[in-house]
Amino acid sequence: MREINVQKITEVIKRLCMETNYYLGDDVVEALKESLEIEESPTGKEIINQILENSYIARKENVAMCQDTGFTVVFLELGQDVNIIGGNFYEAVNEGVRQGYKEGYLRKSIVSDPLERKNTGDNTPAVIHTKIVPGDKLKIIIAPKGGGSENMSEVKMMAPAQGIQGVEDFVVDKVSRSGGNPCPPVIVGVGIGGTFEKCASLAKHALLRTLGLRNPNPFYADLEKRLLEKINCLGIGPMGLGGRVTALDVFIETFPCHIASLPVAVNLQCHSARHKELVI
Amino acid sequence: MKFSTPLNNSDIERLKVGDKLLLSGSIYTGRDAAHKRLIELIDNGEELPLNVKGQIIYYAGPAPASPGKVIGSAGPTTSYRMDPYAPKLIALGLKGMIGKGPRSKDVIEAMKKYKAVYFVAVGGAGALISQCIKKVDIVAYEDLGPEAIRCLQVEDFPVIVANDCYGRDLFKEGVEKYRINT
Repeated sequence: MREINVQKITEVIKRLCMETNYYLGDDVVEALKESLEIEESPTGKEIINQILENSYIARKENVAMCQDTGFTVVFLELGQDVNIIGGNFYEAVNEGVRQGYKEGYLRKSIVSDPLERKNTGDNTPAVIHTKIVPGDKLKIIIAPKGGGSENMSEVKMMAPAQGIQGVEDFVVDKVSRSGGNPCPPVIVGVGIGGTFEKCASLAKHALLRTLGLRNPNPFYADLEKRLLEKINCLGIGPMGLGGRVTALDVFIETFPCHIASLPVAVNLQCHSARHKELVI
Repeated sequence: MKFSTPLNNSDIERLKVGDKLLLSGSIYTGRDAAHKRLIELIDNGEELPLNVKGQIIYYAGPAPASPGKVIGSAGPTTSYRMDPYAPKLIALGLKGMIGKGPRSKDVIEAMKKYKAVYFVAVGGAGALISQCIKKVDIVAYEDLGPEAIRCLQVEDFPVIVANDCYGRDLFKEGVEKYRINT
């Protein structure tokens, strides 16, 4: 068994919390630059230029690119031959979030109870998804998720008879109804199949993909391209004020499902698409 | 076009959807929790911790300032969540709101009736916008942390008029203009 000390986990999480919030991924920067060629609306172009300039300022000055530094979503892929030592694994993760958000001057956006609504003051707890995998490594992915785009997300339990047309209509309609609220240009994460909660989790996980990469299954790769095209015909445009660029990409993940079900989830991601990973 | 706060009715009447402005002067931040408290005060006939007459409320909850800065990242939050509260503040003389995303019919009606405008700032451009903020003072509800009401002194804050006092809506007009029917 390979040993990993929780101290190391806290350090990595702390660093990734800061880096994801300061540095917009190169793939997103490139996609935004390319979108300037497609955008016809002068206001839309101006907005994309402001978003790009904002990312340069954040990177240069080590400040959060968006004040909504998100709910800290943590994906852990834990090798089954790893022995975590020195303390409680999840407490170490939350300690990393606590230190990262404090020392990184990131906003604390979590309330301890959904109805009492008192801020926890340190952005904890994180939402932690753990997967046990073969091997002796620990992969840590941090994906802070802003409230604006998360609020525009939805799971729908469709009937199998609704098929591919039903799925397409639901995804396009969801983006259409969301309009300017989720900070377009957005990235659209789609989960198809599984159970109610599995489907939502697929949509969230889909958002971790690098922009421009397609689903390895050609059928779903085509569906991604078709959905992106349809979404960019909606006219919503940057910040919803009209334009050609509503989405930068669409990512689909699937899972087998029950004979009675066709669950579909749409998780919208704003243009501040933040995620970083590190393998220990 | 440059504009300074406070705003009066003739300022508002000059503004049309799509106008791009650089705002300077004092504006107040306020979002979900602060609005809830303000409306409770209004409903109970009590005095507000700020006089909203002629003022602009910026829907924002900034990130903390790092050493040497007055504020952290400070972009707009989504405005529809303030829709249930906004008409009462507009009726009290609030002249402008800055946020992102469209407004409800009731808010648009209130802007027409009492002469007010809704500006959009670029969501996610919090680092850029923070450079326009020169001074920050907490006015009320410090216990709310990022949701406290702050008075910001801004210089050349870039905004776009999304709803004017004539009932026009740039969200509707813009989307209609660029939609391609498939």
